[in-house]
Amino acid sequence: MPPRSRPVPRPSARDLSYPVERATLGNGLRVVVAPDSSSPVVAVAVYYDVGIRSEPEGRTGFAHLFEHLMFQGSASLGKTEHFTYVQGSGGTLNGSTHLDYTNYYEVLPSSATELAMFLEADRMRSVALTQENLENQVAVVQNEIRVNVLNRPYGGFPWILLPPVLYRTFANAHNGYGDFVDLEDATLADAQAFFDRYYAPGNAVLTVAGDVDPDEVLRLAEQHYGDIEARAVPERPSFAEPAPSGEQRAVQVDRLAPAPAVAVGWRVPDPADLDAYLPYVVLAEVLTDGDASRLQDRLLMRDRTATSIGGYVGVMGDPLDARDPTPLLLEVHHPAEVGVERVLATVDEEIDRLATDGLTGDELARTVARMRARYLREVDPVLGRAQVMSVFEQQRGRAELVNEVPTLLDAVSREAVQAAAATLRGDRAVLEIQPGDAP
Amino acid sequence: MTAAPTAARPVPALGRARAPKLPTVAERTLDSGLRVLAVRRPGVPLVELRLRVPFSGKGVDHVAKAQLLGDTLLSGTDRRSAAQIAADLQALGASLSASTDSDRLGLGGSVLTAGLPGLLELLGEVLTGAAYPKVEVQGERERLVQELAIYRSQAGVVAREALLARMYGNHPYARELPTGEAVQAVKASALRSLHAKRVAPEGSVLVLVGDLTPARALDRVEAALSSWTAKGAAAVAPPLPEPPGGPALLVDRPGAVQTTVRMAGSAPSRTHPDHAAFTLANLVFGGYFSSRWVANIREDKGYTYSPNSGVDHPPAGSRVTLSTDVATAVTAPALLETWYELGRMVTVPVGQGELDQARRYAVGSLALSTASQAGLASTLSALTASGLGVSWLRDSPKALAGVTVDQVLEAAARYLAPARLTTVLVGDVEQVEGPVSRLLPVTHA
Repeated sequence: MPPRSRPVPRPSARDLSYPVERATLGNGLRVVVAPDSSSPVVAVAVYYDVGIRSEPEGRTGFAHLFEHLMFQGSASLGKTEHFTYVQGSGGTLNGSTHLDYTNYYEVLPSSATELAMFLEADRMRSVALTQENLENQVAVVQNEIRVNVLNRPYGGFPWILLPPVLYRTFANAHNGYGDFVDLEDATLADAQAFFDRYYAPGNAVLTVAGDVDPDEVLRLAEQHYGDIEARAVPERPSFAEPAPSGEQRAVQVDRLAPAPAVAVGWRVPDPADLDAYLPYVVLAEVLTDGDASRLQDRLLMRDRTATSIGGYVGVMGDPLDARDPTPLLLEVHHPAEVGVERVLATVDEEIDRLATDGLTGDELARTVARMRARYLREVDPVLGRAQVMSVFEQQRGRAELVNEVPTLLDAVSREAVQAAAATLRGDRAVLEIQPGDAP
Repeated sequence: MTAAPTAARPVPALGRARAPKLPTVAERTLDSGLRVLAVRRPGVPLVELRLRVPFSGKGVDHVAKAQLLGDTLLSGTDRRSAAQIAADLQALGASLSASTDSDRLGLGGSVLTAGLPGLLELLGEVLTGAAYPKVEVQGERERLVQELAIYRSQAGVVAREALLARMYGNHPYARELPTGEAVQAVKASALRSLHAKRVAPEGSVLVLVGDLTPARALDRVEAALSSWTAKGAAAVAPPLPEPPGGPALLVDRPGAVQTTVRMAGSAPSRTHPDHAAFTLANLVFGGYFSSRWVANIREDKGYTYSPNSGVDHPPAGSRVTLSTDVATAVTAPALLETWYELGRMVTVPVGQGELDQARRYAVGSLALSTASQAGLASTLSALTASGLGVSWLRDSPKALAGVTVDQVLEAAARYLAPARLTTVLVGDVEQVEGPVSRLLPVTHA
């Protein structure tokens, strides 16, 4: 049984109150500003509403490859200049490709605010593509895949390996890092078409958070982005597909892995409906956050049948940026002597107990207290804040949700978490990693 | 194939820089010898906590015991079970984890503002009364053995272990991870005795940063940790031997699709006169994305994804480490280019423009590193461990501002000469040995 709590002072999170200002430019670009002068730093983020799920068949990995190409030069900037301008002003930068969006961001001393806004505008206006740079970045991405997947034990577990077991459609099931052949087949024409279609200003959100004057940022946005030509905004397709019927299973043999592992995925409700969705986000933490969580307490602490356990909603680990369809995932590393069936049976038993008996004592309150704290820690740095706000603006038209997450988590009821647990039954995907040489 | 022609536009100049305000640090040394630093940094209603206890020791047994001590420090006290501690931490909105390395036992975490008293109470209870229950130690022992096997299946870990062993011989820094056998031999009683001997306030530093009132936070710490008075020997690692350099060490990973390359040598500490110049030399070479090494082996040749040259400052001696993972077939060409770029650093002055760019990056990233509660807490904790105060945040930009092209060349010559670095290559030896040995002397693990 999870422990009964002794009396502990129960903290409550003060509401966050980051001010949010916004404008939409004539070309459709949405601009969000969140001023905060506590440190002389600023984060600038651009989120394009396109990701791995929109890649065409035969072009797996293309959204990510294209993200690399966006750093290779633009109308006013040669190759590597985007990096040198940002870093040469004292800043850092990166980009990342997700299932449903691709982001680019800088965090810099606030004296570089206009510079960063200009740099993002320049590549939104016109990315400069050359065959030489394309071939170079195909090689770089292949090395990224080697270091993160092919030369690594448990590489791609579970984010690349589980989706083909959980899903049937290409959009949801395919490998977002890409097959080497598909990457090598990519052409400049593909890249230009992808840019023209998906990188339209009306398909993007620009967020500026930190030590800035909102009026000045909105003026700079008009100045640097206002004359980027408006283009048609692609309608976001539905990627919906039925949840698996029954248990779908697959085995991956991993010659670098010294011990087995298993991932389990269940589909959860559409994140668009937060009332229906958030109980699953809390449920994942009730099951796996810390030694007092249901599964860690049982498998790690008492039965000693697992080496590590993780659980979360969203294939890439961030429940607040996931769109439908999306799963609740568990990943368990276990000793070879403990068979996978025993691990799964124990997981089922614990979920069943939660679904039948509900949450105990302060189990929900303490789980949510730490979730709130972790969320606050995520939005304290200007960059984390800009990222959360960008996603909320892009997906929900409400960057202000940045301030409301703690309250929304508090509002999740015991009954809702219990009901969510009751849906984690046999309709699921199971992916095993077995150590050894491929047959 | 190009986009519709778009005219180049002028790149905006930087605005006027506002220097970050130097944090005001309230400090108190308790009767026990514990130093406590508290900084008010409101923002989100959280407090960040970092505690460092000196924990150096010799030999594989120490490494095993230290590792397991970190893993089981929060596994129970005379008043609370492991599960109770975990549940109480959650209820406080707190995260707290303990770990050890070659120099210290570290406890780090954060807590919702209102939970700070509860977290300090728990911290005091753990420091004075960690029980290391037999059943928990036994369970963690098994888990650690499994985790070590998983950890050691990673090429980067194999390379780091080989590199440190080769660089430091018998020094404690030569070994960061215990063997499974040594872990199996550790008994709960050994952990209790190690705790009694070594988990002591003298020489330890506690940093609190966040939504707090410094004077009250210091009072709270003093009250909560008043019974932590253990007398222990605050052992510090002996000075490091000079790494040997020598032939490149080949470690076989049959069938590997990449070669994991690590090259390392000694570097100037934060208080050494070469520090500012070397910081900039390292940046120009490979310390950030806009560096020569990245431009060459990634952006020009496509040999690798993430080359980086990093400097770290453990107390016994600072170190520069070059890291890259290159496709197996281009291992030798990648080493050739790496030697070329290192050679250029130590023989030809850098350009004034690339020096100024690196300087602005160094100053800016210092500002960024202290702009969040968590960043400021970690930075202060690291500075304190190096014997430096918060004034370093103000003085370091000044030192960087004065560095000249000549000083960069001298610093590079002292620390980045390629023959001076210790080199380890983890990869498919059958494929890489031939080409690499045409370029460099090699030896086998």
